[in-house]
Amino acid sequence: MAKNNLASPSIPKKVVTGKGGFIAATNSILSSFVCIIIGLLVGFIILLCINPEHCLEGFMTILSGGFNNISIHARNISKEISEAAPLIMTGLSVAFAYKTGLFNIGAAGQYTVGALGAIYCALVLQLPWYVCILAAMVCGAIWGAIPGLLKAFFNVNEVITSIMFNWIALYGVNEIVKKFAITNADGSITRMYESAKNKTYAIATKAPGSRIPDLGLSDIFSKSTTIAIFLAIIVAIIIYIVINKTTFGYELKACGHNKNAAKYAGINERRSIVLSMVIAGALAGLGAALYYLSGVGEWNPNDSTACPAIGFNGISVALLAVCNPIGCIFSALLISHITVGGSCLPTAYYQPEIADIIIGVIIYLCAFAMLFKMFIGKFVKDRSGANANAEPKASVASTSKKEESK
Amino acid sequence: MNNDYIIEMLNITKEFPGIKANDNVTLQLKKGEIHALLGENGAGKSTLMSILFGLYQPTSGMIKKNGVEVKINNPNDANALNIGMVHQHFKLVECFTVLENIILGVEPTSGPFLSTKDARKKVLDLSEKYGLSVNPDALISDITVGMQQRTEILKMLYRDNEILIFDEPTAVLTPQEIDELMKIMKNLAKEGKSILFITHKLNEIMEVSDRCSILRKGKYMGTVDIANTTKEELSRLMVGRDVKFAVDKDEPNPKETVLKVSGMTVPSKVHKNNAVKDVSFNVRAGEIVCIAGIDGNGQTEFVHALTGLEKMSAGKIEFKGQDITKSSIRDRSKNGMSHIPEDRHKHGLVLDYTLEQNMVLQRYWQPEFQSAGFIKRGPVREYSEKLIEQYDVRSGQGPLTVVRSMSGGNQQKAIIAREIDKDPDLLVAVQPTRGLDVGAIEYIHKQLVAQRDKGKAVLLVSLELDEVMNVSDRILVMYEGELVGQLDPKKITVQELGLYMAGAKRDKVPAEV
Amino acid sequence: MLLLIKYTLLYGIVLMLVALGGMFSERSGVINLALEGIMSIGALAGVLTLCFLPEGMAPGLIVLFSILSSALAGVIYSLLLGFSAITLKADQTIGGTALNMMATALAVVIVKVVNGTASAKLNYSNTAFIFDFDLGNGNKLTLNVFLFIGLAILVLAALFLYKTKWGLRLRSCGEHPQAADSVGINVYQWRYIGVMFSGLLGGIGGFAYVIPSVSTWNFEVGVTGFGFLALAVMIFGQWKPINIFGAAMFFAVFKSLANIADSTFLATLGLSKNIYDMMPFIASMIILVLFSKNSRAPKAEGIPYDKGTR
Repeated sequence: MAKNNLASPSIPKKVVTGKGGFIAATNSILSSFVCIIIGLLVGFIILLCINPEHCLEGFMTILSGGFNNISIHARNISKEISEAAPLIMTGLSVAFAYKTGLFNIGAAGQYTVGALGAIYCALVLQLPWYVCILAAMVCGAIWGAIPGLLKAFFNVNEVITSIMFNWIALYGVNEIVKKFAITNADGSITRMYESAKNKTYAIATKAPGSRIPDLGLSDIFSKSTTIAIFLAIIVAIIIYIVINKTTFGYELKACGHNKNAAKYAGINERRSIVLSMVIAGALAGLGAALYYLSGVGEWNPNDSTACPAIGFNGISVALLAVCNPIGCIFSALLISHITVGGSCLPTAYYQPEIADIIIGVIIYLCAFAMLFKMFIGKFVKDRSGANANAEPKASVASTSKKEESK
Repeated sequence: MNNDYIIEMLNITKEFPGIKANDNVTLQLKKGEIHALLGENGAGKSTLMSILFGLYQPTSGMIKKNGVEVKINNPNDANALNIGMVHQHFKLVECFTVLENIILGVEPTSGPFLSTKDARKKVLDLSEKYGLSVNPDALISDITVGMQQRTEILKMLYRDNEILIFDEPTAVLTPQEIDELMKIMKNLAKEGKSILFITHKLNEIMEVSDRCSILRKGKYMGTVDIANTTKEELSRLMVGRDVKFAVDKDEPNPKETVLKVSGMTVPSKVHKNNAVKDVSFNVRAGEIVCIAGIDGNGQTEFVHALTGLEKMSAGKIEFKGQDITKSSIRDRSKNGMSHIPEDRHKHGLVLDYTLEQNMVLQRYWQPEFQSAGFIKRGPVREYSEKLIEQYDVRSGQGPLTVVRSMSGGNQQKAIIAREIDKDPDLLVAVQPTRGLDVGAIEYIHKQLVAQRDKGKAVLLVSLELDEVMNVSDRILVMYEGELVGQLDPKKITVQELGLYMAGAKRDKVPAEV
Repeated sequence: MLLLIKYTLLYGIVLMLVALGGMFSERSGVINLALEGIMSIGALAGVLTLCFLPEGMAPGLIVLFSILSSALAGVIYSLLLGFSAITLKADQTIGGTALNMMATALAVVIVKVVNGTASAKLNYSNTAFIFDFDLGNGNKLTLNVFLFIGLAILVLAALFLYKTKWGLRLRSCGEHPQAADSVGINVYQWRYIGVMFSGLLGGIGGFAYVIPSVSTWNFEVGVTGFGFLALAVMIFGQWKPINIFGAAMFFAVFKSLANIADSTFLATLGLSKNIYDMMPFIASMIILVLFSKNSRAPKAEGIPYDKGTR
């Protein structure tokens, strides 16, 4: 192939600016928007098929998300915000691992184990909220470390292991939450499970000290609104800095792009894989802490069908954000927006799961969002003049990248 | 119309965005001749063949077979026109048998099931007729490269192809296997097959072909009769100026021993035997030592063990007097070992990183480029700009270019800049000129010699006989993981070197010089 | 013991069918992580057909029609994976994950619409599918039609893969697509065929999982991770039909323990259902760790094929 340009006329030196990066970022945002719009369109078509009469009304409900019925205590908007916080975290978890070339489908399991850590420290040990958060992170980190270790030392595909560990986490946590009971010195029994409600006890009533502070936010919104969302945003910024500005991030990304080259450069690839999964697990665990310690909901150990959706939706958040930590904040808000919108659908005509279909469609499209990106990129490039050094086949990139990641 | 020509590609032009890969190229192949297609890497040979195979459509120009214009839209059309090709990288399924590979795509069946009886007979007949001995039931993964190539040739013959294209067929063969292939090609031509022989090796063209067409930077430079030409003329046509076959350098002035390897043994990842067996030698400051050998004789594993990418099962490496047998890759690099890797895409570069990020791949952790774990952007930028300037690395956006979009030659220059600028005491260069054109090769050879003249030790691992003969001060030949000869490039002929590389000759190699 | 055999055969056949589906897909070069979703969709289509078929229909026809519709639904759903993975060359893992997430939501919405209520459960009669096999002494072994369908498919799959030219072509696409392309084999077409086979077998497998053991199914559950277990079975079975059969039966024993825990000697151990539910996943983890090092997956699986790259 004619790629050799050593002999080609020298290229005039350009003033180097950050323009390339800016264009790439714009492309990413544009391609994500295309995914969202198509996803919503599919949602609209489904609404149309199920009940054409109310489809516009239903569609508007989904679009309005948390702004539905805003008059009633801003209940929906607060739900949207308080669910977005853990979503940001699971999204960051997936995005962070992806930078190291790992697909952390196990965020759901890490979230589940993290939830156990948070709930146990709150309800049983009555520890302060920040300690509970730390415990959840440690639990998630351990659960993330296992697939990382198996990948690094036994070369077992992390996708399959993570999925298996999701199920093991779910059954295990359910078992512990439901069965746990200790008899105290005074004869009373401490449990996490409140059988009357089929759920764990509410943190706010049983362990007020373990609840994440709200700084008055719960007076404006509903009681489950705490500073969780701000914590999530701060963590997202920290992760952004770690990935883009530090030698640690440089090493992790090098492993993700080309593990052979990373090894050649003296980077410990196994260490990077394990560390990346540990951090990803800790982030997912933190997500669970933000959810349960804010009292957005309680754990139901009788629900043994799937890990919490927030874990899986982390994948959507990350992909939609093209694995950019700052992007995760916005994509989490959007996913949360659509989910809340779905739950506001009038159940007489529509099913709340329609929101899940929309999200599913969006990720499906995100799988080939790279393609949109390429098209948009091409369009921009064609207009700004072809790059003489560019290879004739752009698709080579995607293929060889795959090979490296194998 | 002149019907002497079995296939003609007339005035072919193929443009890619920003590049003219073929510019008004004409190629006419006579029936029963061996026609060489000569050109450097990147001259447009592959593009031209892809057009003949229907992988690309020419921007303009036409293809004729037996004087009649034909349209070739995909490889199936080419097959239907009885055009077959032995690709440079064999198109063989490794876990299939030879026979399965030959019949793939044209499988004989009875009812719904495969029936291989007749096919087996045809393959055996063909292999006898043309002297292509292979075992039809052997797995591809178990047979030698030479046998794999014969399988590819049988694949074409089984399909009754008339026009046989050989794309750089000798790159992977030993000199002795090359002789064999030349015989087979002559034999095929005698039986009436027309052969197109793509290469950049002048000796082979002179030996076997009848005529030769030359491409340079996508342009057609003409067709010559081999009987009336010389190697020098061909190379002038190929490169556009006189090529020096020798590398300018003074006598070496070796000093103290820098690297001492004793009894190195490395297990293989693909088979049960050791890939490197009990290798001992040393390299002194101020000399270029070359490890020569056919591809796959343990050089890769040897280099990996030396640089720390793989573990060795026995032996000892001493570097500047220190035992580094168990040192990490990073420690070896810190101590002054540089490594220009064999595969620049696999090991040498993070293709999706920018040029500046790649320039600091070996040193991003040094205090010069980081403080408290944060990368210092300014110094990284300045440093990479300095290297780009100094080593003339060309790219679209300077330090911010994504390396994947750069040409192979410039990618290699970037690696060489990075590794040499570390000012290493030992430079391990593995096939540093692979896939590059003559200009770049000359440049890289000069850099290696300059390193040597600065009093550094250079260990060159090469498959190219010319490079081995011209650049090195001392040759060590590796065959099946063992060192089988220590030779002086000034006292030995290429033929003799070939005998060592093929394992036909061996001496005891002294561990000390 | 009979109960254990009954459930082992039931689950073993399901796992085998789905793993064979995964095998066809991966042998052609496409990693099919969407098997879980395909099973849900296949189960949904089969059960819906069963519900809508007229009452007095001959049992044979009921079986035929419902299985055909589950297979068809599986194939159609798998085409979504094919489109993204083959035509658009997208990341196969992400595409598969998206389809899994979409499948459960889609099934729940459809069932709720059909029911007209907020319940995602469907009731059906499975009498046409199961029958008793008399072992004498009053012992009866309950079997279902999928056992025979499954065994027939196993034989056909092995013959197809190793004895026909189509099998040779399919395998070549998963091992070395460039080689296949160079001899005129349409890689895209064969990868679509591989994916569609996985849809067909995954769809039937999903239906076979839901039907024989119970007569009501809650589609919010999906197929409880069975599709992923099938992937582990496929790896354990080294992408070879006969080995997959053995691996499937091995896993099925673990899965069956949960079903028989209450009614047999296992009850005395006093372990809860959660523990038994965990078993097959833990077993598959151990197997994966032991076998991943030497596993010989099709060489080109997971890599989108691009005609331009040679």
